[in-house]
Amino acid sequence: MAPKVKLPKPGELSIIDYSLPATDWMDTPVEFKPNTFCWGAKGKDLETLGLPNARDWNPSEEDWKLPENWEQTVLDGIAERLSKYRSFKIFMDICVRCGACADKCHFYISTGDPKNMPVLRAELLRSVYKRYFTKSGKLFGRLAGGRELTVDVLKEWWSYFFQCTECRRCSVYCPYGIDQAEITIIGRELLNLLGLNINWISGPAAACYKKGNHLGIEPHALTGIIDSMCDDIEDITGIRVNPTFNRKGAEILFVTPSGDFMGEPGIYTCMGYLMLFHELGLDYTWSTYASEGGNFGFFTSNDTAKRLNYKIYAEAKRLGVKYIIGGECGHMWRVLNQYMDTWNGPADFLEVPKSPITGTVFENAKSTKMIHISEFVADLIKHNKLKLDPSRNDHLKVTFHDSCNPSRGMGMFDEPRHIIKAVCNNFYEMPENTIREQTFCCGSGSGLNASENMEQRMRGGFPRANAVRYVQQKHGVNMLANICAVDRAALPALMNYWNPGVEVAGVTELLANALVMKGEKERTLDIRLNDLPGKGGNE
Amino acid sequence: MKALYSFLAVIVLILIATLGVNVANMSSVFGIIVPYLAFVVFVGGFVYRVIKWGKSPVPFRIPTTCGQQKSLPWIKQSKIENPTSALGVIVRMALEILFFRSLFRNTKTELKEGPYGPQLAYGSAKWLWFGSLVFHWSFLIIVIRHLRLFIEPVPFFVQMLDGLDGMLQIGLPPIYLTDLFFVVAVTFLFLRRILIPRVKYISLPADYFPLFMIFSIAVSGILMRYFYKVDIIAIKEFAIGLAQFHPVIPQGIGVIFYVHIFLVSVLFAYFPLSKLMHMGGIFLSPTRNMISNNRMVRHINPWNPVLEVHTYEHYEDEFREKMKKVGLPVEKE
Amino acid sequence: MNNTLKDLLEEKRSVILTKWFDSILDTYPADDSGFLKKQKDRFLNPIGHTFTNGIDGVLGGLISGQDVEESASFLNDIIKVRAVQSFSPSKAMGFIFALKKVVREELKKEIRQNQINEELLGFESKIDDLALFAFDIYAKCRDQLSEQKTEELKRMTFSLLKKANLVSEIPAQEFERKDLDFNI
Repeated sequence: MAPKVKLPKPGELSIIDYSLPATDWMDTPVEFKPNTFCWGAKGKDLETLGLPNARDWNPSEEDWKLPENWEQTVLDGIAERLSKYRSFKIFMDICVRCGACADKCHFYISTGDPKNMPVLRAELLRSVYKRYFTKSGKLFGRLAGGRELTVDVLKEWWSYFFQCTECRRCSVYCPYGIDQAEITIIGRELLNLLGLNINWISGPAAACYKKGNHLGIEPHALTGIIDSMCDDIEDITGIRVNPTFNRKGAEILFVTPSGDFMGEPGIYTCMGYLMLFHELGLDYTWSTYASEGGNFGFFTSNDTAKRLNYKIYAEAKRLGVKYIIGGECGHMWRVLNQYMDTWNGPADFLEVPKSPITGTVFENAKSTKMIHISEFVADLIKHNKLKLDPSRNDHLKVTFHDSCNPSRGMGMFDEPRHIIKAVCNNFYEMPENTIREQTFCCGSGSGLNASENMEQRMRGGFPRANAVRYVQQKHGVNMLANICAVDRAALPALMNYWNPGVEVAGVTELLANALVMKGEKERTLDIRLNDLPGKGGNE
Repeated sequence: MKALYSFLAVIVLILIATLGVNVANMSSVFGIIVPYLAFVVFVGGFVYRVIKWGKSPVPFRIPTTCGQQKSLPWIKQSKIENPTSALGVIVRMALEILFFRSLFRNTKTELKEGPYGPQLAYGSAKWLWFGSLVFHWSFLIIVIRHLRLFIEPVPFFVQMLDGLDGMLQIGLPPIYLTDLFFVVAVTFLFLRRILIPRVKYISLPADYFPLFMIFSIAVSGILMRYFYKVDIIAIKEFAIGLAQFHPVIPQGIGVIFYVHIFLVSVLFAYFPLSKLMHMGGIFLSPTRNMISNNRMVRHINPWNPVLEVHTYEHYEDEFREKMKKVGLPVEKE
Repeated sequence: MNNTLKDLLEEKRSVILTKWFDSILDTYPADDSGFLKKQKDRFLNPIGHTFTNGIDGVLGGLISGQDVEESASFLNDIIKVRAVQSFSPSKAMGFIFALKKVVREELKKEIRQNQINEELLGFESKIDDLALFAFDIYAKCRDQLSEQKTEELKRMTFSLLKKANLVSEIPAQEFERKDLDFNI
């Protein structure tokens, strides 16, 4: 329905018929609108990672510089993955399109674009599977829901598999447990066979491979960054914290996402770790080699993820530590919880984690030997091993955002809440159907927290922001706590756009604010070096 | 349009059976050969599909965790939604398979403020759960009830089910409750497919076809039992003959019987080729049937590849001087 | 505004709102599934909720004849959503003018009888004012989006800038590269 050539007068705008003729999804090609997709991977990064078809390319251009015979590469890739992953095969076969998942995706909720329904996002790939791998599809083609693999189909895959944050919310509601994250993971692997990653994922993955972390911070710079955090801690508490790096014989190796090393508010969470471990007198070390807990390889291919993850156990072995503590991060914990041991275990050179402070043995990590900082801290608080002054957080009204991966790939709900309730006096939950296993994604997960797709991120995060807004209006909430580095990087922009006045903090930052350290000076500053309200030295 | 294709396909099938028996006199084809063939295709195809699924390994343990993990002893674990024991998984799967737990999850009914006063949310989702539950349970009971035709003496549990199902004692022969439920439920599932735009948009011909088939099977069965009142003794003789592998074509049974049995045969044969395999697949779904003890017990990936990695030695070689400068310990001076 | 038109609008308020809402939702060609129109839960359908709430507030403001600025928060809510949904500016803002059409259709009879034409002109020029005001909001939203890109970069590099001498491989000109690899 082409609009008339003459420009409408302002008053006539309302007369234009915006609604397009409804076409079947198979006949609706994808459009690349600015600000809603990420830039293509750079050749140099793919080369570093040894991934195929390394070249610079631009998704908005017609020519994607695909390799010769790419169709066969994709079909062979599908066949290989069907034989390797029962999940993939079953999820391709058993969907009945009941529609229970349809309105559970944050991208669908905020765009109304039907291809963002998990069922249809899966159908993008399923239709090709049917056409080439099932008898009914080979015989009946489109009648059986099959379609040819064409460049347009490929572009559609790219668009929509990089519009899924692998949050698994749909999987919770599916009567067969079909997990769109699993399908997106496979879809992205197929795209990576043709060099079709996004720059925001392949860049950090390459940096992590060579330099140890996504940000590409080199060892001497990392010690410098942490050192300057220690300066700030000294300003706040009067206590000098002296962390060690790459130290052999330490009891514990600490690994956190590198987002905590740079950028606000991530660094405040990192300062929190430093203060906490110092206060406990923990025998622990940082590593500059295994300086990344997160894993952008996970958004590329399982192989890449395994190669990046390798460093954590390798470093723990080299340093001879007893076990590993991991910092606050979302996808990092999906990987550590569900993949690491399988990829790079068994960690038989480590011991079952045992808190040196409380003596608690973490039987739940008896094989991986890696525990979450929130588990470690919740145990400390339960045993009254920390002196806390929650009134230092009285100026904050806090709500907690359950990050997708620790929620639906792990089930960590009560530990962080236990900590928040101990360190803050004002805690309010968001509505029930938007938290815990039903939590809404920040809209920027799975490597989509680039800047060039800001518009896409803002709408993807709208359902989350909308729930925050509810508690902001109802209870005056001004702090959105979380246990995820991507959240800390992505949510400030989201809050700034939708809910100005709500800030973002890691749970450990809130803890550090309330932590009364031995021999500290009267605190007048919070961890962000802002004046502590009501703590003007008269307490 | 998509629904129309499927509808026409079913009409064609009905015509084939009618003409085949009435005009071409091929009652033994439709009464004996086709059912046997269909049965073989069904069993063979089903087994083939399940074996094919089973052949692909489960490389990673990826349960979707829908409740609190097991961590510290004083934190209450959700033993079913995030199971760390086989029993937990069995209960989780049982709830899933018998009561459609995940579909039910949608159904918390709450009053929410709408633009023009309070409104009921989640209503439709609850109907999906309820409709599917009624549909599947009725289907199962009807299938079990049919055993009375194939086995003599009729097993006790079949008799009991039969009695329960017909307990209203209305009409002669007594009306089965499940017949009513079944037709209503199929109609509901069909109507929601064409009336909810979202669901209509995602539906394929392959989604309508089984619904029309099942509906036609149900209607032909009901017509036979309550309206044409076909000779049940003859049918039972025939069914037992089929089951004991010396089938005899009964005399004087109307064409409606052949339509019924032909549609059932086609559905059976179609089963392994289609999404109806969700019946088998649900048992194998890795996000539901795995124990969520990832950090307690190592899961083995049979094809765990050996890959090139960037070792610490590589790393130190690249950064040794910089590391030494800031006092970081190194392996090689 | 004279009472006659005001009364009429009050009387037909809910019809006008429904039609206005529908005309806004018609601008989502991708919403073939009708989800945005039909899901009523405010957390499961934040867009629908924002719009129903927002236009109610805006229309209320127009009817009661209050200053355009008073409706700002309602307008703001709607426009924020429209600004991130890949609409061209004219399409993003067209929803305001759609109200004119809806009102004219609803009051067809009265208009024909020449009862309210003058007031209607006044009412419509109020809508024009609102539209101008809305354009300001829209422009602000779009500015904010591009600012956020820079701000995010700044947030990511702030601590670095403070300690720039510690970082070896991030020379100054790289801060101007748009695709700097600062993420997690």
